[in-house]
Amino acid sequence: MAWSVHELLGRSPWFVHYNCNSCNGCDIELLACLTPLYDVERFGMLHVGNPKHADILVVTGSVNHRNARVLQNVYAQLPTPHVVVGLGVCTSSGGVFAGSYNVLGGVDKVIPVDVFVPGCPPRPEAMMDGFLRAVEILKRKSAGLPSAPAEKEVITVAPPSGPHAEESDAA
Amino acid sequence: MGTVMALFFVVVVAPLVGLVLNGADRVVTARLQGRVGPPLLQPLYDLVKLWRKEPLVVNRVQIGYVYLHLAFMVMTLVLLALGGDMVLALFAHAFSALSLVIGASSVRSPFSRIGAQRKIMQMLAYEPVFILLVVGIYLRTGSFMASAVGRLDAPLIVSLPLVFLAYLVALEIKLEKSPFDVATSHHAHQELVKGVTLEYAGPYLALIEVAHFYETFLLLGIVAAFFVRQIWLGVGVALVVYAGAIVVDNVCARLRTTWMVRCLWTVPVMLAVCNIIWLYVRRTQGG
Ligand code: SF4
Repeated sequence: MAWSVHELLGRSPWFVHYNCNSCNGCDIELLACLTPLYDVERFGMLHVGNPKHADILVVTGSVNHRNARVLQNVYAQLPTPHVVVGLGVCTSSGGVFAGSYNVLGGVDKVIPVDVFVPGCPPRPEAMMDGFLRAVEILKRKSAGLPSAPAEKEVITVAPPSGPHAEESDAA
Repeated sequence: MGTVMALFFVVVVAPLVGLVLNGADRVVTARLQGRVGPPLLQPLYDLVKLWRKEPLVVNRVQIGYVYLHLAFMVMTLVLLALGGDMVLALFAHAFSALSLVIGASSVRSPFSRIGAQRKIMQMLAYEPVFILLVVGIYLRTGSFMASAVGRLDAPLIVSLPLVFLAYLVALEIKLEKSPFDVATSHHAHQELVKGVTLEYAGPYLALIEVAHFYETFLLLGIVAAFFVRQIWLGVGVALVVYAGAIVVDNVCARLRTTWMVRCLWTVPVMLAVCNIIWLYVRRTQGG
């Protein structure tokens, strides 16, 4: 019986979306998931505007010093059980903004992340795949089982820090 | 025995009917938008999920009013189903909506408060229609008891056609459908960040959803009561009215709160008043 309750829990994941300094590429592709072509409501997913109603926090963009505090605030308002999904390479390393003076380089530096969806921006299919993985984690969390930390590519394309880093190396 | 059956029907069967109707609403809305949409029992899955979530509470007052909201909604249904006083049912129903308003104003969130104020405007718009409905039924049956409706020889629709039209507009407000979904919207989840239900999380949101299922049943039950002797005709008309409400929800934009009040107080309320005057004249001349 308990099993079926957790199963039902995974049939109604509502997500709230927070944009941490994204270039909007990921956000537009996320909205594409709601359109008739992809229609995530098939899986019972709803895009809510309120973290108190949400089960999944979807973060896009590279976190910076100013919005890290806001992200923590949104995260603190999520009722348990909840999962966090990072969309795009920006959320894992900073992406094309990595090494910039204001970028922290990864959402997981601020809040724990359960699923990273790679791509710049990820295709809507990849996003839906990420959501369904998040739903599996949500069910495990609801049942009180441990869940594995998010997998993250170790290879990054971050340039050496600072505009003249190469010259100073040569010198 | 009949009383027990009626009680069982309104307390247990009514929310289930409301749940399926709301699920059908989501499927039909999705199809109208060219989407596949969720399964029919999606509201049930949502309820189970919300029930399992952590209850985040801002203050105690807020929680008390959620229970009152649900309790008075059930009380309205029970009163009408047992043939009780319609004026009392009217007040119970108004208090049910009011508890949502008080609960939403007891928190500090500005969106919740804007939602509460708009909910008051909604009540201002639809309550006259409900009151005129009760007055019309009184003029027809000579009693404020709901049981008197069942003893009529001709259905209510014959003597209250214009009140019925006004009621259909008020129904659109009560079901939180466009163009009147200003306080909280059932489909637009970012609108006012969910308005009056903003600060309710987990099980408390589930209770509000259950109250909404009861309310859906109540409102459509009143539509069916207009055709009281031909009950299957009434059920058919209620379903057609609900389908119509969904279509109107999908083809209309959301309009301003003041426009809603103006709209309701001109055409629908005037229609209902004309109907009442006609009934009154007929009654005084006939008797
Ligand atoms: S991953 Fe790419 S598309 Fe997404 S926010 Fe970053 S730069 Fe934009």
